[in-house]
Amino acid sequence: MENVTRVIQLIPLNYYILLSTLLFCIGVIGVLFRRNAIVIFMCIELMLNAVNLLLAAFSSYRSDASGQVFVFFIMAVAAAEVAVGLAILTMIYRNTGSVDIDHLNKLKW
Amino acid sequence: MTTLIVLSALGLVCLFSEILGFRKLLHPIVLIGLLASFVTNLMDWNNGAHLFNEMVVIDNYSVAFMGLMIGITFIWCLMSPDFFTEPSSETDHFALIVFALIGTMVMVTFANMIMLFLGIEILSIALYILAGSHKTKLSSNEAALKYFLMGSFATGFLLFGIALIYGATGSFNLAAISSMISEHHEQNSVMIVAGILMMMIALAFKVSAAPFHFWAPDVYQGAPTVITAFMSTVVKTAAFAAFYRLFIHTFSASPAIWAPTLMIISGLTILVGNITAVYQTNFKRMLAYSSISHAGYMVLAILAMNQSASSSLMFYATAYSISSITAFAILLLVSHQTGSDEIRSFNGLAKQNPFLSAVTLVAMLSLAGIPPTAGFFAKYYIFSAAIQNGYLGLVLIAILGSLIGVFYYFRIIIALFKSESEEKEIKVNTLFRVLLLVTSLAALALGIAPGMLAGLI
Repeated sequence: MENVTRVIQLIPLNYYILLSTLLFCIGVIGVLFRRNAIVIFMCIELMLNAVNLLLAAFSSYRSDASGQVFVFFIMAVAAAEVAVGLAILTMIYRNTGSVDIDHLNKLKW
Repeated sequence: MTTLIVLSALGLVCLFSEILGFRKLLHPIVLIGLLASFVTNLMDWNNGAHLFNEMVVIDNYSVAFMGLMIGITFIWCLMSPDFFTEPSSETDHFALIVFALIGTMVMVTFANMIMLFLGIEILSIALYILAGSHKTKLSSNEAALKYFLMGSFATGFLLFGIALIYGATGSFNLAAISSMISEHHEQNSVMIVAGILMMMIALAFKVSAAPFHFWAPDVYQGAPTVITAFMSTVVKTAAFAAFYRLFIHTFSASPAIWAPTLMIISGLTILVGNITAVYQTNFKRMLAYSSISHAGYMVLAILAMNQSASSSLMFYATAYSISSITAFAILLLVSHQTGSDEIRSFNGLAKQNPFLSAVTLVAMLSLAGIPPTAGFFAKYYIFSAAIQNGYLGLVLIAILGSLIGVFYYFRIIIALFKSESEEKEIKVNTLFRVLLLVTSLAALALGIAPGMLAGLI
């Protein structure tokens, strides 16, 4: 554990913040512009993992374990969320034969 | 805390009832369980506690909101027996509702960012499934997917905000964050500002405030009507209770960061919600826009930031939930028997069924905020709290918005008295009769004697 913390601290904290912000922005842009529901799911996961990376970096820089504990919570919840999301997607695929969100326009935006 | 344990046990009982074969008894069991949790909740009144290493804090604020949400869920469970009679998924629906209620409990008692996140997710994940519970209906599927995508998108923002605030302050504990923010005004300010704003965006998504409201009308219209009723009452109350708690207890030290943005959000929500509602011909969608505009008024309570704000928020949430659940119960009856949830199907209701139309009248007057109903005092308290903190301009916008609101609520009332009738009598069974009577009387009682709730917390 000591070792891991040292390795993490070899890279300046700002780099972690920049990288996670970049990953988060890629995720946001993906959610906004992609049309395939599965790709949108992946982009949401990317957003959550950007947060995980940021939390792990902060946590080791501050030598405070609670940030890493939060990462576990996020991973568990994200898994539950994806399970539900994929179930919804399967349900939609059964009814429409497609996972393109442009086909879902019964309700006006 | 006993409340949470009782409810969790109730959720597990719901899940096991399928295996152990007492599915038929489940509806009364859930009602009894809700009553029991209501009672255990009341026992925490003036008996606050900090639990689990400062993870959960129980105070009068949380007890009041929990009581309100359990009460509304109780009424909701009584009014939606149809939803629970599908044999294939009856137990799941009960369990999901109970788990969603647990999520709302966590959302009003959190004292730590972890609990806030967990509460929101426990609530949301149950609701994603419930929104799509008409499995073969495409509009329900679409509502579930939109709700899911928007909800988890907002969660991403929430988490990024939490991470940034953790980076700046080194803690997830609300009290610690609050003291760090007020002590070190200048240090790390970029991260704190970005964090607070991102959390605000996420919570604005959850309470469906403009410009983050686009999911709400679609989800409210597409989801089964009973679930829409749950979402626009219990879930909205919980989201606001969490929003208020977070911003007042944690970020109140630096209102300069978030108050201007929240002011714009509030004004925009009131105007957009009310103006768009005018153009709706579908009653369910109109209620969705009306619930957006009510979110705008409730944001005012967060901006007010004074002693009376929390009790005015509580009063508003109560008045709004009671009138809203009445409106949805009426919609449930009308749409079930006429087969459509357009405003048209209310035409000529006054002649056919005077009782139902009288109840509709009370609900609409209360939503519009006209005395002698609860809605009037709800708006009055919130507006006066906001004026005390100097938001006169915003209150003027809010009053303008409620004037527009009167217009579309009165369209329903006018439809009631239209002579052209579709010759189809709408029957109201005894249970609904009692329920509607009770909720309408409650709305009137709160309007006549607002002191019952006004100074509670």
